[in-house]
Amino acid sequence: MTAIELSAAVRAGERSAVDVLDEHLARIEERDGEIHAFNLVTADLARSQAEAVDSAVAEGRDPGPLAGVPVAVKDNTCTRGIPTTCSSRILDGWLPPYNATVVDRLAAAGAVTIGKTNLDEFAMGSSTENSAFGPTRNPHDTSKVPGGSSGGSAAAVAAAFAPLAIGSDTGGSIRQPAALCGVVGAKPTYGAVSRYGLIAFASSLDQIGPFATTVADAAVLLESIGGHDPRDSTSIEAPAPSILDALDRGVDGLRVGVLTELAGGPGGVEGISPDVIARTTQAVAALEAAGAEVSEVSVPSATLGLSAYYLIAPAEASSNLSRYDGVRYGLRVDAPTTGEMNTASRSAGFGDEVKRRIMLGTYALSAGYYDAFYGKALKVRTLILRDFAAAYEKVDVLVTPTSPTTAFGFGDKTADPMAMYVNDVCTIPSNLSGHPAISVPFGVGDDGLPIGVQILGPAQSEPTIFSVAAVLEDVASKGGAR
Amino acid sequence: MTWLIEPTLPEGWELVVGLEVHVELATATKLFCGCANQFGSEPNTNICPVCLGLPGSLPVINGTAVKYAMQLGRALQCEVGPSVMARKNYFYPDMPKDYQTTQYDQPTSFDGELMLADGFRVGVERAHIEEDTGKSTHVGGGGRINDAVHSLVDYNRAGVPLVEIVSHPCLDTIEHAKAYVSGLRDILLAIAVSDARMEEGSMRVDANVSVRPMGSEELRTRCELKNINSIRSMGRAIEYEALRQIDLYSNGESPRQETRHWDEAAGRSTPGRSKEDADDYRYFQEPDLVRLVPSAAEIATIDDAMPARPSARRTALRQLVPAASVSVDVIATLVDRGQDELAIAAIGEGADPEKVVTRLQHDLAVDDFSKITAGALADLIRMETTGELTATQVKQVLSEMVDTGGEPGPIAESRGFEAMPTDDLAGIVDQLIAEHPDEWTRFVGGDDGDRKKMQGFFTGEIMRSTRGQADGRAVAELLAQRSAG
Ligand SMILES: [Zn+2]
Repeated sequence: MTAIELSAAVRAGERSAVDVLDEHLARIEERDGEIHAFNLVTADLARSQAEAVDSAVAEGRDPGPLAGVPVAVKDNTCTRGIPTTCSSRILDGWLPPYNATVVDRLAAAGAVTIGKTNLDEFAMGSSTENSAFGPTRNPHDTSKVPGGSSGGSAAAVAAAFAPLAIGSDTGGSIRQPAALCGVVGAKPTYGAVSRYGLIAFASSLDQIGPFATTVADAAVLLESIGGHDPRDSTSIEAPAPSILDALDRGVDGLRVGVLTELAGGPGGVEGISPDVIARTTQAVAALEAAGAEVSEVSVPSATLGLSAYYLIAPAEASSNLSRYDGVRYGLRVDAPTTGEMNTASRSAGFGDEVKRRIMLGTYALSAGYYDAFYGKALKVRTLILRDFAAAYEKVDVLVTPTSPTTAFGFGDKTADPMAMYVNDVCTIPSNLSGHPAISVPFGVGDDGLPIGVQILGPAQSEPTIFSVAAVLEDVASKGGAR
Repeated sequence: MTWLIEPTLPEGWELVVGLEVHVELATATKLFCGCANQFGSEPNTNICPVCLGLPGSLPVINGTAVKYAMQLGRALQCEVGPSVMARKNYFYPDMPKDYQTTQYDQPTSFDGELMLADGFRVGVERAHIEEDTGKSTHVGGGGRINDAVHSLVDYNRAGVPLVEIVSHPCLDTIEHAKAYVSGLRDILLAIAVSDARMEEGSMRVDANVSVRPMGSEELRTRCELKNINSIRSMGRAIEYEALRQIDLYSNGESPRQETRHWDEAAGRSTPGRSKEDADDYRYFQEPDLVRLVPSAAEIATIDDAMPARPSARRTALRQLVPAASVSVDVIATLVDRGQDELAIAAIGEGADPEKVVTRLQHDLAVDDFSKITAGALADLIRMETTGELTATQVKQVLSEMVDTGGEPGPIAESRGFEAMPTDDLAGIVDQLIAEHPDEWTRFVGGDDGDRKKMQGFFTGEIMRSTRGQADGRAVAELLAQRSAG
């Protein structure tokens, strides 16, 4: 059952939210020992929320669009009184005294927050192997990674532990695991969803978004958590356009561009596997068959995104993660002086990838290097924004693969950070430009593992890109993606 | 305004001082959250996830703080335009995020000035918005962070809005440095954006001090003096530092660039951190906040509501008073006391400018003179000018006007200070001359000593017979007239 169907059944009194919860808790009990999607299952909280939904229905009140739907929440999203770890030792013992805005909005929509999902430490990674609490496994093949950093959320939805999950996407951290786990994942326009309570990785790139098994479910979740929040200064003030209303508008007459540099075209990025390119080509053909006007569009600076991203994101992270100093909360390793205590706590609390990025970012911002690294990366970011703006003069949406490959094996890329970073090459440009993007499952690779196709659009074009994804979803469900 | 005697540097040396003044804005709430901006609360009671920098919290800028900062910028005649917040990264336990949210390459205000009473122009490089840090108390050892046994941190002050006003290194004397800080405080109070109390730390001054041979244009190695708690203390700290540096140069040594901690009780500074291993603050634009873009209308509203600057007020008064007769200090004193408006209005009513200014300077050193109207003051000065009232009487009438706000005529009458026409006075003088021919002869024909003595005699007699109502000057004039005639 989809989240929309579940919610309808609960609101109609046909199913009890407590039953729905128990069914999901049973699946978690049965299989999460193996998958490890969750850092923490909040069964008691979920039960009290489900009971409240049931009594609301019994009393004739509407609990909201997500009534009784279990939602898994990435463990970098603050939940009041419940450990929020970022899958890091540094936050040992810390209990947030407040809820993230999205957590409050989930509750207001009648959702049941079932647990906190695993991630690469501080969302830094593409495989969820960087978690201090051990990796998450891909439900389609437990010898493979689920992608990352929101690997726990993607796996939770793929394993039907929850119909919906919340993730965060800084360079592809929702879309890439969604592709690898065969579910729908979207990164909204920057500012569409409040970041208040999202523990920052790279503030100018971070965006919270939905995971779901269907495009329509992802749309319901996004509409429930989105909208202006005065507590986030970067939140968009204008009301968000309705996605659900536009979902079945189709693609007739829509101008669809294939972003050549990210779709195996000449002069583009290398390393995108042939089966992934084949599915992307098939998806474009399906859109053309559905009435879209298809063309090839070049966005030359898109290939520079990866380098710019790996300077900007670590630079912001080096600052955002300074506060974990052992003074006020989290892990403290005692030492004779304050400075030595800071160093000891951070050395013990952070994992290797986090340390690598803090050093990278510190270096990129340092006097004498700023202009050559961080400053230059900002210029590339401006260039990317300009090139995409020009592309969206010609087309309404762009299509690329989501991830260069299907799910890979544990340890395959951990020895070489650059090999891991290349995973984000197709997803990063939307974070740099602040534009929305959605990954929708479209067939499988030669290894039988899921492949995702990515639809990109200009700012606040969620209704359009979701409706394109809905068309592909429909084609795939009818066996049109092979 | 009168300063303590200016300490002079050894001959041949010149002082170069630039001041960084931190001012706490008197907003109800902090810069990025709704916590009370309040001095003296129980430690760690005005705090929340935002000002504690808890993971996931985000700042939202306080519009009033931005408005205050822009008002201050305009009061200092700065350019005020679009600005961005930036992060200044360094680790310090009383700074919750381990970065300070401040402004870097695009401050709210820049390129301003403050004119001192003597016409000296102090260039203001910039005035930027930033958040304050918490406050550490180091316990045990010497009470400094390096040797303390443990530290207690109060985050009530963390996130309190500050404006840092950076002057050019153009202050050439301790007197000018003091006058600048005092002038800043006057402006802050006049536009009511800060209570500017140095003793409570709502106004904090760091002084960058160097010296150079007189007449040289070079900027030598400077030291930054911290922990200055009053204007007086600043003067002492600068003097100590200048003499210390001159001493070093005279011995063939050079000062190190460093931060020094002023110890007011000991009257000396001690070295703090060396600036040679200076922190690299890795400034970058604060991604959690958006650009601040004031509209032209906002700036215009600020300008329209701006009280006149002290320098402009001094100029306005100065232009009405003959330069030769009244000193710069007197004009400045009246502006400091806020009596310039009253003086200008009374002069506008036709009162003698010099007398108005002199009278206010000497006889109106009171906090509350609000009951005195310009018209009444002008009348009083006119009565003084025409000799209707003596100087002593004018003082007494003015003092009663301060208390009651009455008109000078009725007050003088009620006190029996009847007008004494010059004709009446002449009659009395003539009568006295007739009654004392010997004394008159000595006054007219005697030597200087005799003349002086007899002038005293006649004046005393006249004052006795008029019960002090005669104007001394008029009496002297009459005596001179009669002796010449
Ligand atoms: Zn606060």
